[in-house]
Amino acid sequence: MSLTKTERAIIVSMWGKISTQADTIGTETLERLFLSYPQTKTYFPHFDLHAGSAQLRAHGSKVVAAVGDAVKSIDNIAGALAKLSELHAYILRVDPVNFKLLSHCLLVTVAARFPADFTAEAHAAWDKFMSVVSSVLTEKYR
Amino acid sequence: MTFLTPEENGHVTSLWGKVDVEKVGGEALGRLLVVYPWTQRFFESFGDLSSPSAIMGNPKVKAHGKKVLSAFSEGLHHLDNLKGTFAQLSELHCDKLHVDPQNFTLLGNVLVIVLAEHFGNAFSPPVQAAFQKVVTGVANALAHKYH
Repeated sequence: MSLTKTERAIIVSMWGKISTQADTIGTETLERLFLSYPQTKTYFPHFDLHAGSAQLRAHGSKVVAAVGDAVKSIDNIAGALAKLSELHAYILRVDPVNFKLLSHCLLVTVAARFPADFTAEAHAAWDKFMSVVSSVLTEKYR
Repeated sequence: MTFLTPEENGHVTSLWGKVDVEKVGGEALGRLLVVYPWTQRFFESFGDLSSPSAIMGNPKVKAHGKKVLSAFSEGLHHLDNLKGTFAQLSELHCDKLHVDPQNFTLLGNVLVIVLAEHFGNAFSPPVQAAFQKVVTGVANALAHKYH
C-alpha cells in the first residue's frame, strides 16, 4: 500500500496547520489513547499519566514530531523512521495492535481541531498515511 | 454490572441529544465507504460510488446511513441489554447480509471521528472514551448471534 500523489499533497498541506499545534495535539492524542484504551497504559508504568503531567506532554511532543518526520520525508517514510522502527522492534516491542489505536486517537484529535479540513478525502489520506507509518514501525518485528 | 458509569452515561446522553441522526448517519456511512473502499462490496446496488464526492453525495448512501444510525440510536436507550436489543439485527447481518463483524468496528470508529468533527472540543477525551465503549458494545451485540 503506497500513498498516491494526491494523498501526499493532502497530508503535507494539512501538516502545515497541524504542526502549529503539534505539542498540544500530541498530549491530547495520548490522553485519548489512555482513556479510551486503558490497556495501553501498561507500556508506561514509569510515567505519571495524569492530565497536565510533564512526562505526558514531553512524550506527546515526541510522538507528533516523529509523525512530522514521516510527513517531511513522505516519499521515503521507511528511511525517515528506520531508527524508530528498530527501537520499536527490539527495545519497546509494543504489540502491533496498539498502532491502530494510537492512529485512531490522532485522527480523532485532528478531526476535532480541524473540522473544515478533515473532509472524507482527507480522512482517507490520513488513515492510509498512519497505516503506512504503523507498517514501517512494525516492519522489523519478526 | 452496568455497561456505563453514571458519568459516562451522562456524556453519551448529553452529546447524543444534539446529534442530527440523519446527517451524521449519512456522513459516517459515506466515510466508511471512502476510507475503507472494500466495504463498498455490500453496496453494489447503490449507484455511483466512483469518488469521495460521489459517495458523500449519493442519496442511497445518505438514506441507508440514516437507517443504520437510527438503529444505533435506538440501542442507546438499552445500553444494559445491547445483546437483546440487537439480536434480530445480528441474525440478519449474519444470515442474510453476510457482513463480516469487523465492519461494525470500522463503522463504529468512523462514527467516533464524525462526532469529533462535529463537536470539536466538546468531544473531549472522556466523552470519546464513553463512546468507544458504546460502539464496541454495539459491535459485539451485532456479532453475538453469528454462527
